[in-house]
Amino acid sequence: MSIPTNLKYTASHEWVRTETDGTVTIGITKHAEELLGDMVFVESPKEGRKLKVKEECAVVESVKAAADIYAPISGVVTESNSELDNAPETINSDPYSAWMFKMKPDNLDDMDSLMDADAYQKFVDEEAH
Amino acid sequence: MTLKQTPLNAAHRAMGAKMVNFGGWDMPVNYGSQIDEHHQVRNDCGMFDVSHMRVVDVKGESTRNFLSYLLANNVNKLTHSGKALYSCMLLENGGVIDDLIVYFMQEEWFRIVVNAGTADNDIAWMKQQASEHAPKISISDHPELAIIAVQGPNARAKVWEALPGSKELTENLAPFCAAEMGTMFIARTGYTGEDGFEIMIPANAAPFFWATLAEKGVKPIGLGARDTLRLEAGMNLYGQDMDENTNPLEAGLAWTVDLKSERNFIGKAALMTKPPVNKLVGLVLQDRGVLRGHQKVHTDHGDGEITSGSFSPTLEKSIALARVPKAVQVGEPVQVSIRDKMLAAIVVKYPFARNGKSLI
Repeated sequence: MSIPTNLKYTASHEWVRTETDGTVTIGITKHAEELLGDMVFVESPKEGRKLKVKEECAVVESVKAAADIYAPISGVVTESNSELDNAPETINSDPYSAWMFKMKPDNLDDMDSLMDADAYQKFVDEEAH
Repeated sequence: MTLKQTPLNAAHRAMGAKMVNFGGWDMPVNYGSQIDEHHQVRNDCGMFDVSHMRVVDVKGESTRNFLSYLLANNVNKLTHSGKALYSCMLLENGGVIDDLIVYFMQEEWFRIVVNAGTADNDIAWMKQQASEHAPKISISDHPELAIIAVQGPNARAKVWEALPGSKELTENLAPFCAAEMGTMFIARTGYTGEDGFEIMIPANAAPFFWATLAEKGVKPIGLGARDTLRLEAGMNLYGQDMDENTNPLEAGLAWTVDLKSERNFIGKAALMTKPPVNKLVGLVLQDRGVLRGHQKVHTDHGDGEITSGSFSPTLEKSIALARVPKAVQVGEPVQVSIRDKMLAAIVVKYPFARNGKSLI
């Protein structure tokens, strides 16, 4: 399974994409999706909510378990993907398209603290052992 | 720690199973989508490897008397060979050691199937009780027997296709009855709320039988779907809905505890002095979210707790079993604490779904 190289990653298995307008888009990785299985409920943070890095801000629930989603960096929520409310299973079919929310980062340089695809791959491999 | 493996471990991996540590066993949780597997069983049929469960044979002259003392349900209801009975095995204080199925094979031979996680403890308890009350009885477990459950509206027909000679033997088998076929044992029982068989088979023959079923189009189903199927069917799960600290009368198991007859059994005296103050009810969540075990339930009659909760693929809503004060009635609205929120749920009579259909 290949991990997209245009994204950054957190140790809590969120992916983060920098957009051209300086916002970032957040979702969960294929690895997280596979661990959780069939998604049945998603709760994304409200627009305008201020988030600190690593703050619990969203929840995904599969048939099997609930998992917290953490803010990858500090910033303000600019949009959340309401389409997931009625179709949480799109996370299963394409986790790298099914984004959960977008943020305006306090400091875009904070993105440098996240893992790139290679580092995340290593992290996942190590976590498996 | 090395995980224990069933004889079908390699078959699961070859079929693309996602394997998990299930109480020390390396077991398939799904082979893709747990929800698809759930529907597969409700609408057609599927097969489960439940070889981690343990077969225990109890043999000897006074077996019936011994089991009538050991088990909370009354084995004297078992009058013809092959008949099965669901029962709890209780501690002296009435707590539940395990739930099990006991089959009457012959007058001096009863077969019991117990849960995987409790098997060693169960057998030690049985042996201790036998040594005190029926020393001539032999208790032997059979980890060399695999167990394959084939469940769903088309399950029996598929087993008949896969197993020549089985149709003649089991076509007229009533629900909750079993028949021996050579070294195999075929029971019309299950844990899904669907028709089907649970088949005990020597470990060395299990992979071939599993492969034959697969050839006939029977899909493998993981433990994930097994849990949502049993929850919809309103069947208790040991360790979640009851354990050694639970009064079975507060766990929806009163129908299996025979307090009316003269018969004495372990735990009876304690239960007679402990009238239940709680009961097990079904919940259906009205708001968006997922009910889970240990969430607090707020009712007009006091607080309760969810014992098992999940998403119901058949109802497409979240459902749960919950232990609540006895005064709570079907139809009452309740609130469930989920993280920082209070969500609305309604009390229902369970089972939630059986035989392919929602009952809510």
